[in-house]
Amino acid sequence: MTKLPSIGKPISRLEGRLKVTGIAKYAGEYQAPGLLYGYVVNSTITKGTIKIIDTADAKALEGVIEIFTHENRPSTAWFDFQYADMDAPPGTVFKPLKDNEIKYNGQPIALVVADTFEMARYAATQIKLAYVEEKFETDLESNIDKARKPKKGMASMLKPPPPKPAGDFEKAYESSFVQSSGEFKHGTEHHNPMEMFATTVIYEGKNRLKIYDKTQGTVNSQMYVANVFGLKMKNVQVIAPFVGGAFGSGLRPQYQLFMAVMASLALKRNVRVTLDRAQMFTFGHRPTTLQYAKFGADEKGKLNAVYHKAIGETSQFEDYTEIVVNWAGMLYPAENTLLEHRLVPLDVYSPLDMRAPGGSTGMHAVEVTMDDLAYKLNIDPVEFRLINYAEKDKSSGKEYSSKELRKCYLQAAAKFGWEKRSPEPRSMKRGNKLVGYGMATGIWDANRILARAQAIMTSDGKVEIKSAVTDIGTGTITIMTQIASDELGLPLEDITFSFADSSMPFAPIQGGSFTTATVGSAVQVACRALNKELFKKAKRDKDSGLADAAFEDAVFSDGFIFLKNSAEVKYSVQEIFAANGGKEIKTTNSSMPNPLTYGKKIKLVHSAVFVEVEVDEELGIIEVTRAVTAVAAGKIINPKTAESQILGGMIWGISKALHEETILDNQFGKYMNTNLAEYHIPVHADIHDLDVVFVEEEDDFVNDLGVKGVGEIGVVGMPPAITNAIFHATGKRINNLPIHFDKLL
Amino acid sequence: MDSTQTHGINLSINSSDYHLQILPWVTLLDVLRERIGLTGTKKGCDHGQCGACTVLVDGKRILSCLTLAVMKDGAAITTIEGIANGEKLHPIQQAFIDHDAFQCGYCTPGQICSAVGMLQEAKARNREEIKELMSGNLCRCGASRGIVNAVMQVMEGGSNE
Repeated sequence: MTKLPSIGKPISRLEGRLKVTGIAKYAGEYQAPGLLYGYVVNSTITKGTIKIIDTADAKALEGVIEIFTHENRPSTAWFDFQYADMDAPPGTVFKPLKDNEIKYNGQPIALVVADTFEMARYAATQIKLAYVEEKFETDLESNIDKARKPKKGMASMLKPPPPKPAGDFEKAYESSFVQSSGEFKHGTEHHNPMEMFATTVIYEGKNRLKIYDKTQGTVNSQMYVANVFGLKMKNVQVIAPFVGGAFGSGLRPQYQLFMAVMASLALKRNVRVTLDRAQMFTFGHRPTTLQYAKFGADEKGKLNAVYHKAIGETSQFEDYTEIVVNWAGMLYPAENTLLEHRLVPLDVYSPLDMRAPGGSTGMHAVEVTMDDLAYKLNIDPVEFRLINYAEKDKSSGKEYSSKELRKCYLQAAAKFGWEKRSPEPRSMKRGNKLVGYGMATGIWDANRILARAQAIMTSDGKVEIKSAVTDIGTGTITIMTQIASDELGLPLEDITFSFADSSMPFAPIQGGSFTTATVGSAVQVACRALNKELFKKAKRDKDSGLADAAFEDAVFSDGFIFLKNSAEVKYSVQEIFAANGGKEIKTTNSSMPNPLTYGKKIKLVHSAVFVEVEVDEELGIIEVTRAVTAVAAGKIINPKTAESQILGGMIWGISKALHEETILDNQFGKYMNTNLAEYHIPVHADIHDLDVVFVEEEDDFVNDLGVKGVGEIGVVGMPPAITNAIFHATGKRINNLPIHFDKLL
Repeated sequence: MDSTQTHGINLSINSSDYHLQILPWVTLLDVLRERIGLTGTKKGCDHGQCGACTVLVDGKRILSCLTLAVMKDGAAITTIEGIANGEKLHPIQQAFIDHDAFQCGYCTPGQICSAVGMLQEAKARNREEIKELMSGNLCRCGASRGIVNAVMQVMEGGSNE
C-alpha cells in the first residue's frame, strides 16, 4: 500500500503492465464481426482538379466492397462551422472528398473498402486517375512578398498575437553599445508518432456508432463526427484508451476518422481505416518558419532593444498561428521592443501544433541572439541572462504567478559543471574532437481551462474517477490517480481512473501542457465534493460525533472521517453505506479558473538548459554528449513520469537541432522523405548523458494543486543550447535547423 | 507458389499451434494482428524502418512486417504476449516498468522483444553496444535513457533467460 501523500512520489505508470505485455489496445486494434478495411488514396499532384477517377477495375476485384470518391460520397454537413474542431485555426476547414479540387499534394481523394487490408491496399493501386494540373506555390522563401498578418479567431484565445510595440526599437537599436542580428530558418517537421493514425468504427445500429479513434480529444472527435454526419452527440461514442504518441497530431480529427465513419454509415458495417507511414505526412506539420532577430544592449549588458519577426507558412484555407515572437518580451525587460508575426499562404496542408509549437521555434532565435550578444560583450552567457532577469513581465506589466528561473540557471550550471568552460570558441578539445558548451533558457505557458470530472464511491469504499481525457503517454492516468488519492485520503489501490471515453465528463483536447492543471483540478474538485457528500451524510447519523462539526475540520483517511481537534471521533464511511442500503455515492463537478482574477498574473514554466557537444570537424559529426535541464514548473505530481516528459522533450530538442526535417521538393510541391528511414529522428545510439533537475517552485495562484505542466518545456531550450554549444566548439554560427554535417564544412 | 491461391501453414505462436489458410501476400505482422488477434506486435511503418513489429522467430529477433507469413511455415514464434512466464513478468518487462522505459507504449513490445533477442545474441558487452544494437527500434516519445538503463540492469544482473 502506498503511503500518502502520493503526490510528489515517483510512482511507476499504473498502466505499465498492460504496456509491457502487449495487452494495451490502441485505436486500430479492436476486432469486430465482419470488419471491413479501408485504404485511402492520395493525390499525386499539388494543385488542380481531378478530371477522371475511374474505379471500375478496382471495384471489380474480389473482396472490394465499395470505393468512395467525391463523385459518389454520401452527403455531409453543408456549413463550414460544422467541420470546426477545438483546435481549428481561423479559415475554412478542409473537407475530405468534398469535390474534385486538389489543394495540396497527398490530399485524400478516395477510400477503398474491402474485406481484407491487403485487397483494399491493392485495389487502391488499380484506380485510374487523370488530373488537370495548375501552377502552385509551396516555397516560403520565394513567396515572402505575400507575407501578411494572421487572421484572428477562436484559436487566438490561447494564442494571443504579439504585444504592441514598446518604445522606439529602431532608435534604441541604432544607438546600442552592442548589436546582434540574425536570420533563422527551420524546415518543416512532422509529428510522426510511432502509432499511425487509425479509426475503428463499430456500427451499432441505425446512426449509432462506437468509435475507437487515435486522438488527443475524445469529445473533440465526437463533436466533429456528430456535426459532420448529422448524428446526435449521445449516439456517437469516441474511445481512445491508449494512444501511441501524438505530440499535437491528434489535436484535430484527422481524415481517417472522416473516412471510417463515412464508410461505416454508408455500408452499415464495422470499418477500420489505418493510415500508412507516408500518409502520416499528409496532414498537419510544424510550419517552415523564417525569423529575423535584432537585439541591442548597453555596455553593462542591459538589453534595451529587441526585435523579433517570424514569417511562417500556412495553407490556402486556414491561418494556422503559433506563439513564436512573444517570448522575448515575457522573458527580458527591454524598454524598446518590436515583435511581429506574419503568414504566407501556400499550397500545402494547414500546419498543426507540434510539441512546443512556436516556443521551440521562436526561442531558438531569441537565445542564439542572446548568446551572440554575450560573446560580443565578453560576459558569461549565464551572467548575461541574470543581468537581464525580469522580476515582472515587461510586455504585459503583470507579475509572474511564480518564477524560479534564477534557481534553474544556478542549479543546472552547477550540475553541468559550467565553471569548467573556457570562454573562447574552439578552445576546448577531447582527442581530435572539438568540445563546446552552450546554454539557453526555456519558457512555456502554464494554462488551465474548463474540465469536468466525476467521483463515484461504491459500498466497498473504493472510488472510480471518470474523465473523457486521454493519456497520450504523458502519465495522466497515474497522475490523476495520485491527485484523487491525496484528496480522498485513500491508497492508490482503492482508486480506479476511467478515462478517454467521450461519454465520460468533459475534458478538452490534451495539449498545450495544460492537462494536469485542467483535468487535475477537476478531479480534485470532484473528490472534494465526494468528501463533502460523505460528510453531509455522516452528520445525519446522530451517533457519528460529527453533528456539530464543520467540513473544514474533517480529515478523510482510509475510509474513515476524523476530526482535526477531536481524538474521539472516528467514523467509518461503511456506516453511510449501511444506512443507505449500499447505494453508490456520486459527485460530478466542473472546474475552471476564476475569470475575474485568473488573468491578473502571467503564468509561465521556465527552464535552463546546458549542453556539451563534441564535433568531429573532419567527419562533420556532431554529438550531444551531455545535457542538463533544470525546470521550474510548480508542483511536480510524479517526478518519475515528469522526468520522462522532460527527457523526451530534450530528445525532441536534439532531433530538431540535429536530425529531423521534412524535405519539400518545390518542383513537385511534394515532401520527399515520407518514411522513417529518411525522416531522421534520434536512435538510442544518438542519445548520451541526459539529466533533469526539478527546481522547487511554489505557486498558489495557478491552481489549488500548484501545478503547471511539463509536456513542452523540455523541448524549448534545447535547440538554441545545442546551436550555442556548436558555436563554442567551432566558432561557427549556424542559424538554420537542422544542423547536418554539410553545414559544418 | 501460386500468388492468387491460399496456402495452408502451421505456426507455433507463444507455444500454441495455429493452422492458417492464407494468401502469400499477407505479412507475418498482419497475420498476428488481424487474423490471430495478437495486437501486441505493433505496426509503426510497415517498411522495416522502426522496429515496432519485432518478434522472435526460433529465438532470433526479426521484423514481422518484412516477413511474409508463408515463409515461416513450421516456425516457432514468440510475440510480446508470450514473453512473460504466465503472470510473472520477464525481467526485461519489469525493468521497463521500473525505469519508466516507455511513455505511449507503442514501440514498447518491439523494444522488449528486441532486447530479449539481443541479450540472447550475447554480443553487447556495455552500454554503448546496447545502444548500437538496439538502434533499430525507434522511440518517438524519447524514452531512450530508460530503455538502455533497463536493458543494462538485466544484462548486468545476468537474468537474461
